[in-house]
Amino acid sequence: MAQMTYRDALRQALREEMLRDERVFLMGEDIGAYGGSYAVTKGLLDEFGEKRVRDTPISETAIIGAGVGAAMMGLRPVVEIMTINFMLVALDQVINNAAKMHAMFGGQFNVPMVIRTVGGGRRLAATHSQNLEPLLAHIPGLKVVAPATPYDAKGLLKASIRDEDPVVFIEHSLLFSTKGDVPEDDYVVPIGVSDIKRRGRDVTIVAHSRMTVEALAAAEKLAQQGIEAEVVDLRTLRPLDMGPVLDSVARTNRVVIAGEDWKSFGIGAEVAARIQEEAFDYLDAPVLRVNQAEVPLPYAANLEKLAIPDRDDIVKACLEVLHIQIGSPAAVS
Amino acid sequence: MENRHAALGLTDQDVLEMYKKILLTRMFDERTWILNRMGKVHFVISGQGQEAAQIGAAWALRPGKDWVLPYYRDLGVVLTLGMTVRELMLMNFAKAGDPNSGGRQMPSHWSHVGLNIFTGSSPVATQLPHATGIAYAAKLRGDDIVVWTSFGDGTANKGDTHEAMNFAGVHQLPVIFFCENNGYAISVPKDLQMAVDDVATRAAGYGFPGVVVDGTDVFEVYRVTKEAVDRALRGEGPTLIEAKVYRFTPHSSDDDDRTYRDPEEVARQREHDPVRKLREYVLAHGILTEEEDQRLKQEFEAEIDAAVEYAEAAPDPDPSDLVRHVFAQ
Ligand SMILES: Cc1ncc(C[n+]2csc(CCOP(=O)(O)OP(=O)(O)O)c2C)c(N)n1
Repeated sequence: MAQMTYRDALRQALREEMLRDERVFLMGEDIGAYGGSYAVTKGLLDEFGEKRVRDTPISETAIIGAGVGAAMMGLRPVVEIMTINFMLVALDQVINNAAKMHAMFGGQFNVPMVIRTVGGGRRLAATHSQNLEPLLAHIPGLKVVAPATPYDAKGLLKASIRDEDPVVFIEHSLLFSTKGDVPEDDYVVPIGVSDIKRRGRDVTIVAHSRMTVEALAAAEKLAQQGIEAEVVDLRTLRPLDMGPVLDSVARTNRVVIAGEDWKSFGIGAEVAARIQEEAFDYLDAPVLRVNQAEVPLPYAANLEKLAIPDRDDIVKACLEVLHIQIGSPAAVS
Repeated sequence: MENRHAALGLTDQDVLEMYKKILLTRMFDERTWILNRMGKVHFVISGQGQEAAQIGAAWALRPGKDWVLPYYRDLGVVLTLGMTVRELMLMNFAKAGDPNSGGRQMPSHWSHVGLNIFTGSSPVATQLPHATGIAYAAKLRGDDIVVWTSFGDGTANKGDTHEAMNFAGVHQLPVIFFCENNGYAISVPKDLQMAVDDVATRAAGYGFPGVVVDGTDVFEVYRVTKEAVDRALRGEGPTLIEAKVYRFTPHSSDDDDRTYRDPEEVARQREHDPVRKLREYVLAHGILTEEEDQRLKQEFEAEIDAAVEYAEAAPDPDPSDLVRHVFAQ
């Protein structure tokens, strides 16, 4: 299997689907000659031409709205919104239109489009580095995907392009250069299936997107103290697959949920609520969440670092649900 | 060389001050790139090539009285209005003493309370509706002010831009929409952004004048902006001004412009360098000598050095302030 970056895996998914299905086309700002702000579409203009790789004006409402129209006419638009912050100016097209068109037509039309966008960010301040996935995951009619690894990025993007419904596909700005095993051939990772990324018996860490990577690093650190953490990567936020989470909780009885989003009304709030609804009897400790500080993210490096959760915060929360004093020898059996 | 400034009511001293601002703007901008490449300043977004438009426009405004909503390339605007080299270096280094936001906002998203400079959000065009709102408030309160806001040609194509201008047109508000058209929105050339030659033609659809001006000509920009200010103060409503400029640098410190434009194109455009143009003018009119020009450069070099030293040593924001400024206190 090839080692590939998250960025290259995404590009391969786009390319394979464009070769497979001539209805697939791309639209977005700076995706052509420039190859995309995060270089995902590099080379695709040369290979597929302007008809299928279209640079657009700075007009997010038109980009997403035109995607809705083209999808309803039977094409398979994959539109790129440079970052999730810029999707906010066009949320009406996402929430009132893409998400609801199928229902508003009484099921007679589908909207098979993908909105690719990027969350997270460093040194870009409050209006340019947000993790707004809860806002979108809240909406019936949208599918929301947030892969953490190159393998999942490729497989989920291919599944999203083939899906009959609108999918918001959220990449993470800090993951593009991360590497992992990615098959060169055709495969999909189904939407709506969570994945256990590491086995462990002592505590369950639930995460998505980049926090999955942090959770795996936290699990390594915990292992050095003799604590075995299980890491469940949600991969898709809506529809949310709680199966692997509940299975894991039944075995570990302790849960930490890590997200780069804000804690209040975030992804962790939903996961925690479902755990107490469906696995209350298995819990030996309150479910803890690790999230970003509830403040518009400051630009200054020292404040930003304090605001964003990392592996050490996850380790701390795990020790807490295990009732282990930080600094004392681990005592888990 | 013909004397062009006297007819505009500008004295030799005014022109000298304009030249000082354009020189300082360029030198500060260049230094910020160096600091970025040294790893000291995280982010640069540059106005090189657009300075004459910025200084010509700002010269027609009344600092601390009129309201100004610049966009990220407008270093020349904020320096002309009176922000200091030290203040802007504190901004670049995101220090506690940064007057824009105490290190919270991105650099070049300028603000200054005393100078009525209003910060903009990262999503482009959002400052235009604010400008309309400030002008609306001024009209309701009968304030004798003008609001000036700027944006790029790419930003002209956002819904916010249309809505802000239409609203301002309906209510004949005292606002100037100033487009710095440098021909690109990051990599996307103008022809993929719009099907018209000039952004200014759109003003007709909003019921106010649209004016195209050579943005490398500081005097022409001053003249048309002054006219727009006077119109606004007479209660005759908004003006859309489009200054044709060129961006000499990559879009920002995160960009490599060789992927989308030929370096020869940039070299050709550099022949119309607005800083050099104004230097030639002041030299030709005896407003400044070569020696004085050299001394000015040394003076500014020293001022920038001192600001860098000061900003580097200045305290970072206090970590215990992390969750401050979420709600009014
Ligand atoms: C709503 C929104 N979409 C996309 C971006 C990303 N972006 C930042 S600057 C820029 C180009 C702006 O071009 P223009 O308005 O012509 O100004 P210039 O940078 O050329 O001076 C883009 C696309 C953004 N900041 N906001």
